Amino acid sequence: MNRLTRDQMAARVARDIPEGAYVNLGIGLPTKVGNYLPQERDIFLQSENGLLGMGPAPAPGKEDWELINAGKQAVTLLTGGCFFHHADSFAMMRAGHIDICVLGAFQVSTRGDLANWHTGEPGAIPAVGGAMDLAIGAKQTFVMMELLTKQGESKLVEACTYPLTGLACVGRAYTDLAVFDVGADGARVVEAVEGLSIDELRVLTGVPLAA
Amino acid sequence: MIDKSFVSAEAAVADITDGAAVMIGGFGTAGMPEELIDALIARGVRDLTIINNNAGNGESGVAALIREGRVRKIICSFPRQSDSHHFDAAFRAGKIELELVPQGNLAARIQAAGAGLGAIFTPTGYGTLLAEGKETREIDGVHYVFEHPICADFALIKAQRGDRWGNLVYRKTARNFGPIMAMAAKITIAQVTEIVPLGEIDPEVVVTPGIFVQRVVAIAPSATNLEQAA
Repeated sequence: MNRLTRDQMAARVARDIPEGAYVNLGIGLPTKVGNYLPQERDIFLQSENGLLGMGPAPAPGKEDWELINAGKQAVTLLTGGCFFHHADSFAMMRAGHIDICVLGAFQVSTRGDLANWHTGEPGAIPAVGGAMDLAIGAKQTFVMMELLTKQGESKLVEACTYPLTGLACVGRAYTDLAVFDVGADGARVVEAVEGLSIDELRVLTGVPLAA
Repeated sequence: MIDKSFVSAEAAVADITDGAAVMIGGFGTAGMPEELIDALIARGVRDLTIINNNAGNGESGVAALIREGRVRKIICSFPRQSDSHHFDAAFRAGKIELELVPQGNLAARIQAAGAGLGAIFTPTGYGTLLAEGKETREIDGVHYVFEHPICADFALIKAQRGDRWGNLVYRKTARNFGPIMAMAAKITIAQVTEIVPLGEIDPEVVVTPGIFVQRVVAIAPSATNLEQAA
């Protein structure tokens, strides 16, 4: 089976981010999207810890540990970028000033519920960070994930079994095998990798999928 | 003459007592007032409630406070990190209470305290474990969770420059929770790289007005910090 690499998934998400968009990229896999944004587009990357106009990682040795991203990695500031405090940063999310956020996921339901913060396992130490604010706040919430777990279970599900991050908040899920729109009308296949049919996707996911 | 500057970190934290609620600025180590925390540890106070975004990184700052067994409860959004071993151990041993708050709700609840609001309705967390048992309300078709302000006896924050009236400017993403914690605590103690004469900070760019700051301490950046900021 054809399968997109994580970098190919990031490049695919980047294609859908338009000129002028204010975008927050979650930690982990979504951070890679920043590497594939077309140079000719002005796209504003926001980081929850208080910057707009986030640039790429600095050259080795040029790190400034007071200029970091949400994953606490050193970054740079583009010309025209700015800093602000945490309450303003989360106002940008919660009130929908951020156009698009891209988040990782454990599970997404066909109606757009998201589970990405806690496995719920006994003894697991929970940590939520900004995930809940981003998921429900941005105008559009995209998810990036492998479609199947290592055990072959679908992460696109009818109802999430992991603890929820937000209800009915995801609009689109980009995976290594297909792109899905999700929401009140259920899941629809936007595109699939070459050679993979919708019927095969229905078998893999076990959920109803519209063409 | 009003002069809010203190001679040392030790002097600035000298009246923080057992059981105090203390906000500590910083996102990870960016903006964390390490020398003020060291002075707090040296005072030997216990049973603190700490409000911070994280629950300590590595060996210094909030991590050291937890390692030394000084923290009874922590209110934070993201305790579990690759280098949060001191929190992890204390939590698993049942030695520390955790109130986990989504990061935006943490900021909004701190801001509400600083703004004198009785409570807030926030959409974040609705329908999740973190809103279980909490009052909710539907307003114009959106579901909100009722959340109380987070107040504190003290805030320990780090800024770049301050003056003797307490006006502050910050440096890059070390700003994070500083401005809102300064507003929310009864006593705000700011560690700054430099105390400058009144008027030297452009009034148009003051980020935290001096009314929110009670004490300012100049701490020369350590060799490590200088290296990091180079």
